[in-house]
Amino acid sequence: MDALLLAEQGLNGLQLGVMLFLMAAGLTLVFGIMDLINLAHGSFYMVGAYLTAALVPVLGGFLPALALAVLLTALLGLAVEAVALRTLYRRDHLDQVLATFGLILFFNELIRILFGPVPIFLNPPAALAGTVDLWGLTYPAFRLAILAVGLAVALGLWLLIARTRVGMLIRAGATNREMVMALGVDVRLLFGLVFALGCGLAGLAGAMAGPVLAVQVGMGEQILILTFVVIVIGGIGSIRGAFAGALLVGVVDTLGRALLPASFRLVMDSASANAAGAAAASMAIYVLMALVLAVRPKGLFPVG
Amino acid sequence: MTCLAVTRSLLAVTSAVALLASAPVLADPLKVGMITTLSGPGAGLGIDIRDGFALAVGHLGGKLGGQDTQIIEADDQQKPDVAVGLANRMVERDRVNVVTGIVWSNLALAMMPTLAAGQTLFVSPNAGPSQLAGAQCNPYFFNVAYQNDTIHEAMGKHVQDSGFKKVYLLAPNYPAGKDSLAGFKRYYKGTVAGEVYTQVGQLDYAAELAQVKAAAPDAVFAFYPGGMGINFIKQYEQAGLKAAAPLFGPGFSFDQDILAAVGEAALGAKNSAQWSPDLPTPANAKFVADFKAKFNRLPSMYAAQGYDAALLIDAAVKGVNGDLKDKDKLRAAMKAAKFDGLRGAFRLNSNQFPIQNIYLREVVKGADGAVTNKLAGTVFSDHADAYAKDCAMK
Repeated sequence: MDALLLAEQGLNGLQLGVMLFLMAAGLTLVFGIMDLINLAHGSFYMVGAYLTAALVPVLGGFLPALALAVLLTALLGLAVEAVALRTLYRRDHLDQVLATFGLILFFNELIRILFGPVPIFLNPPAALAGTVDLWGLTYPAFRLAILAVGLAVALGLWLLIARTRVGMLIRAGATNREMVMALGVDVRLLFGLVFALGCGLAGLAGAMAGPVLAVQVGMGEQILILTFVVIVIGGIGSIRGAFAGALLVGVVDTLGRALLPASFRLVMDSASANAAGAAAASMAIYVLMALVLAVRPKGLFPVG
Repeated sequence: MTCLAVTRSLLAVTSAVALLASAPVLADPLKVGMITTLSGPGAGLGIDIRDGFALAVGHLGGKLGGQDTQIIEADDQQKPDVAVGLANRMVERDRVNVVTGIVWSNLALAMMPTLAAGQTLFVSPNAGPSQLAGAQCNPYFFNVAYQNDTIHEAMGKHVQDSGFKKVYLLAPNYPAGKDSLAGFKRYYKGTVAGEVYTQVGQLDYAAELAQVKAAAPDAVFAFYPGGMGINFIKQYEQAGLKAAAPLFGPGFSFDQDILAAVGEAALGAKNSAQWSPDLPTPANAKFVADFKAKFNRLPSMYAAQGYDAALLIDAAVKGVNGDLKDKDKLRAAMKAAKFDGLRGAFRLNSNQFPIQNIYLREVVKGADGAVTNKLAGTVFSDHADAYAKDCAMK
């Protein structure tokens, strides 16, 4: 494998990682601050993708569709928090898992009723549909856009959390929720905002993933598992951890798929190497998770 | 309870009794277990099979083989363990006569022992794994669609005949994926530039596409059904590979469920299938028109297979004159079933898989602007699968 290909695979890994980060950031915020396990996070990702796909023909452009879809997903999050989740904060995690699993079924069926069972159409905007030349490496333009958006979100979240008053409350809430409540902060409002922010981020992830992946019912659950791996590796509740975990998972998964079958071929015949390599590559991130947890049981960047 | 309520319930009871008394003595209804994928990323395929089946039952006046028909629907979630549990339930509790609906080969293989032990007919409207066509063929298993390899064999032949010399192969890592590449290579004799198995349900193909690009093949053959196909085709186009190497695949990679979602990215792609929306049989024209009218979308090959599955069951039940008690007789009648399906006269091989034509199709933009498939030739006529000789059934 030459250097250029390796560089491209590295970039692919980073790009996948950044996409996972968009999902993981919202999930880890909600879990860390509200102590709520939200299995329906993937549903907001799906809603973001579907809304974008539905709004592109109406608004005539990808960017306005994306912006409105993210806003609507955040508002939907606000509504779901008020209607369904507010009463669950004091319940144990199993109740939350049950309730948010119910939300998954609800949203999947709702989308199926509204948009039909067949996956729907969403392409990148014309300006980003082609490839760009990066020092001899042809790379899909839209994947670079995902990379840019993800890094911008990471920076924005860091600024929000490290530099603003809301961020201070979020950090305080993640570390010691009872104390923040005792100090008279309107926790209900804070939780609503955090949840809406998380949902908006999931919607953004869906909108950015839509042109690359199938926009279909159940798309959220596929990525949710990877997202949980990311936040467990990164340390639950930590944005920094989510970022590191996402990049790690993206790179390990991509390089695993790129390198493992080839390295298996060195020691066994090609047919079994292909099958064994594929199997090993699909396990790589779980092995990574097990290793991280063995060394640091609370993840790479534990909170509190 | 008020007087009125008492009167009402009495009335209800008497009318129910009256209904029972006046109903003609009927044989037991035909029970069909529809175990298919109705949720998750594979749901598009299962829903099409279910809807195609329902359309056929509707065309037959709600009765298969003239028999009242009860369809018991269950979602296998594309999980083998769930499918086996459902198969058990259908055999033990619901006591169905036939199980159908199955999409995925790994699920079909997992369910087979349960259904065979329960002496329940298993009509596959899609999954046609090589195992069940060859040495492990089973008298209770009927495939109404195709044996997996045959569709890919047709593409291997087409790619070979078109003069491509260096082809890169990709498929998901499960039984049908193995059948796919084995079938392709049975007829393609050129160089294999690379052979990659990816995870089932994989989302991101960037790593694989980078390797395809590095290998510089002159064509790519990819088997990716359902959502995987959408992911792959979108990413193939975005990576700029379409211009470098044309993408070929079986019909599953370019069927209606995928075309609606990828649109023009798939235009011009050649693919192979046993059915096409413009296949010129009278039954097919009616099927396509009625499916569109009833479900407000174009039918996929899965819908067509679901439709034919109902016709096969219909022919079998007619063959025993509605006598469902004798399981062996029903099985023999299914084996001998003669009917005109969407593909014309239907014919089963000794291993209970179809002998049929495999066509070449091309993805085109239809008159109404919808992206769809059009017949572009016949690759095989009356083609039988390569495994029938290993099957002990006669």
